[in-house]
Amino acid sequence: MRIALFVTCLADTLFPGVGRATVRLLERLGHRVEFPQAQTCCGQMHINTGYVRDALPLVRHYVETFEPYDVIVAPSGSCVGSVRHQYAMVARRYGDEKLARRAEAVAGRTYELSQLLVDVLGVEDVGAFYPHRVTYHPTCHSLRLLRVGERPLRLLRNVAGIDLVELPDAEVCCGFGGTFALKNADVSTAMLADKMRNVVGTRAEVCTAGDSSCLMHIGGGLSRLRAGVRTVHLAEILASTREVG
Amino acid sequence: MTTFLGMPTAPRGVGHLRQTEPFPVAARRGLANTQLRRNLAKATTAIRAKRAAIVGEVPDWEELREAGRSIKAETMAHLDRYLEQLETQVTAHGGVVHWARDATEANRIVVDLVRGTGAAEVVKVKSMVTDEIGLNEALAQAGIQPYETDLAELIVQLGHDRPSHILVPAIHRNRAEIREIFLREMGDADPALTTDPAALAEAARIHLRRLFLSARVGISGANFAVAETGSLCVVESEGNGRMCLTLPETLITVMGIEKVVPAWRDLGVFMQLLPRSSTGERMNPYTSIWTGVTPGDGPQQFHLVLLDNGRTAALADETGRQALHCIRCSACLNVCPVYERAGGHAYGSVYPGPIGAILSPQLTGIEDNASLPYASSLCGACYDVCPVKIDIPSVLVHLRARHVEAARDSRRLPRGEAVTMAAASWVMASRGRFTAAQRGAKLGRALGRRGRIRRLPPPFSGWTSARDMPVPAAMTFREWWRHEHRSEPPHEDGARG
Repeated sequence: MRIALFVTCLADTLFPGVGRATVRLLERLGHRVEFPQAQTCCGQMHINTGYVRDALPLVRHYVETFEPYDVIVAPSGSCVGSVRHQYAMVARRYGDEKLARRAEAVAGRTYELSQLLVDVLGVEDVGAFYPHRVTYHPTCHSLRLLRVGERPLRLLRNVAGIDLVELPDAEVCCGFGGTFALKNADVSTAMLADKMRNVVGTRAEVCTAGDSSCLMHIGGGLSRLRAGVRTVHLAEILASTREVG
Repeated sequence: MTTFLGMPTAPRGVGHLRQTEPFPVAARRGLANTQLRRNLAKATTAIRAKRAAIVGEVPDWEELREAGRSIKAETMAHLDRYLEQLETQVTAHGGVVHWARDATEANRIVVDLVRGTGAAEVVKVKSMVTDEIGLNEALAQAGIQPYETDLAELIVQLGHDRPSHILVPAIHRNRAEIREIFLREMGDADPALTTDPAALAEAARIHLRRLFLSARVGISGANFAVAETGSLCVVESEGNGRMCLTLPETLITVMGIEKVVPAWRDLGVFMQLLPRSSTGERMNPYTSIWTGVTPGDGPQQFHLVLLDNGRTAALADETGRQALHCIRCSACLNVCPVYERAGGHAYGSVYPGPIGAILSPQLTGIEDNASLPYASSLCGACYDVCPVKIDIPSVLVHLRARHVEAARDSRRLPRGEAVTMAAASWVMASRGRFTAAQRGAKLGRALGRRGRIRRLPPPFSGWTSARDMPVPAAMTFREWWRHEHRSEPPHEDGARG
């Protein structure tokens, strides 16, 4: 299958390893990955901060960039959540019904990584090897906007060598919330403190999730505390093999 | 020619709907209050588990939620008709209906009604709407003493305090604090009073009994009003409400206009949704329903005050109006990670938590509660538990957009933020500009040590106060991709952007 990768602006700039892992994983599974080079940012930060008018050009840009492709994947529940649940609303807010329809069509073909693997490619064992103690944080938009449910856990359970441990209060938000972490930094920090306490309590060496943004938040806190737990994106675990490690 | 300035919102200077300071500032007090943090974490964890178990028993819960949502949506679409039907029915059954444009009018109506009876004190059923309009202050100013009879509201009133939860107004108090308040304020509390919950409840019981037997006027809110029959409904747990609704000669009910439901059979839906969502019970202990007056039984004078106070303004907003569907169960507060840590007082309004963050700004006008729509990480837990499926995250985002648009029109946006957002939009709308910006971002690598940035200037200082920031990668993903695919022809999209 020919799959277009929407790497997301965050992974492109700060976490390129997540994009490389997504490519490696999909190619290993026998698929051809394309990277439409015009892509930039989904615009979620603008939409969720109230700057919907400023998001409109970004919505249009995403739709134009990815319209030619049959299947689009992003290693982010949050960005896919925005494409799927906000794009048409943004277009309609400014009276662009035509763009709204085009956005709905492209959104229907845009998948979060675990959705693509399980629902579209029909695979739950990706042949990965990852000999580490790992706990999984289900990010809010993966969980409640996209309803990915158990898909990431099913993929993780099939990873050879993994010691997967349950995260207490896993479904509680880590406190990131985009600009929420800046506008309400103190509340965000309090939420992060509880998330980190739960992560550290599992004695895992790795905390994983399907969103680089939430991992940047949790990982930034763990790093500041020298907690000895690192954050690794789901794609990076699934891309690992005995050979690449 | 006159200019239409929009529907009137709740007036300033009366009632309790407005922040006196922005949410992030007010939240700091709650965050630093370790007793509050412990109380809230304990209480909300317990009620979350109870609710989840009791909701899990209902096989058609999702259908019930959808029924609740559609009844409310249909009611809002024809609110004018249902309210007039309610008025006709209440009047036909011996009640008197009063229409109040806002808090000021409602307070004046109630004060005049109480004065007309000659009573110097009133007993009150727990009610959000009378808190909203500041009725107790208005009564006190008129020389009438209001007595809260709900146990938690009594604790709040005696403590000269504000409620911090819709259902559990004194959730921020512990047993020792309650004992101190009772001993200091009640007058008739036994000095040997302990912190045992049963002993505290008994002290309140003895204190209230005298009031129930002597009060000539009762004041209540309403959970529902049935348009087809003119019946009013109050649900509660203690029975103190039942006392206020049945013993006094005169009953005055203040009700937001959105509380009307079309028909008796609609109550069947909400009576299943509300207790399970609210207290995690299959059925609430006391349900009182009355229709006008009944000769020789209960209050012989019944007044219903229908309150707007910004509700019509909320109704005018196609996306925001669903906030009026709220049945005040408080399930959204109990699952909200922001509420659990900041506490109810941080919201500055009688309606705290996620529902308050979308309701208060619509009732007052967004400029008067501008920080509330941002008091959420948009995690969506509130939407999942709402018994009438209010899409709170979407309304929050919508209100943020309304706030930004209104502020932009009146040039009141924080300049740095507006400029940053506009610039980011301009950069991100083009591949060339975005790639150039990525090259610029790499300069940020100089700020880091061992791949981590430990301190950034405002507005990013809030982040680095507790979190490290990764440095931009030495090679972006797209650089890597181009490096890997040098030999391949450019993709068909290459020309765009």
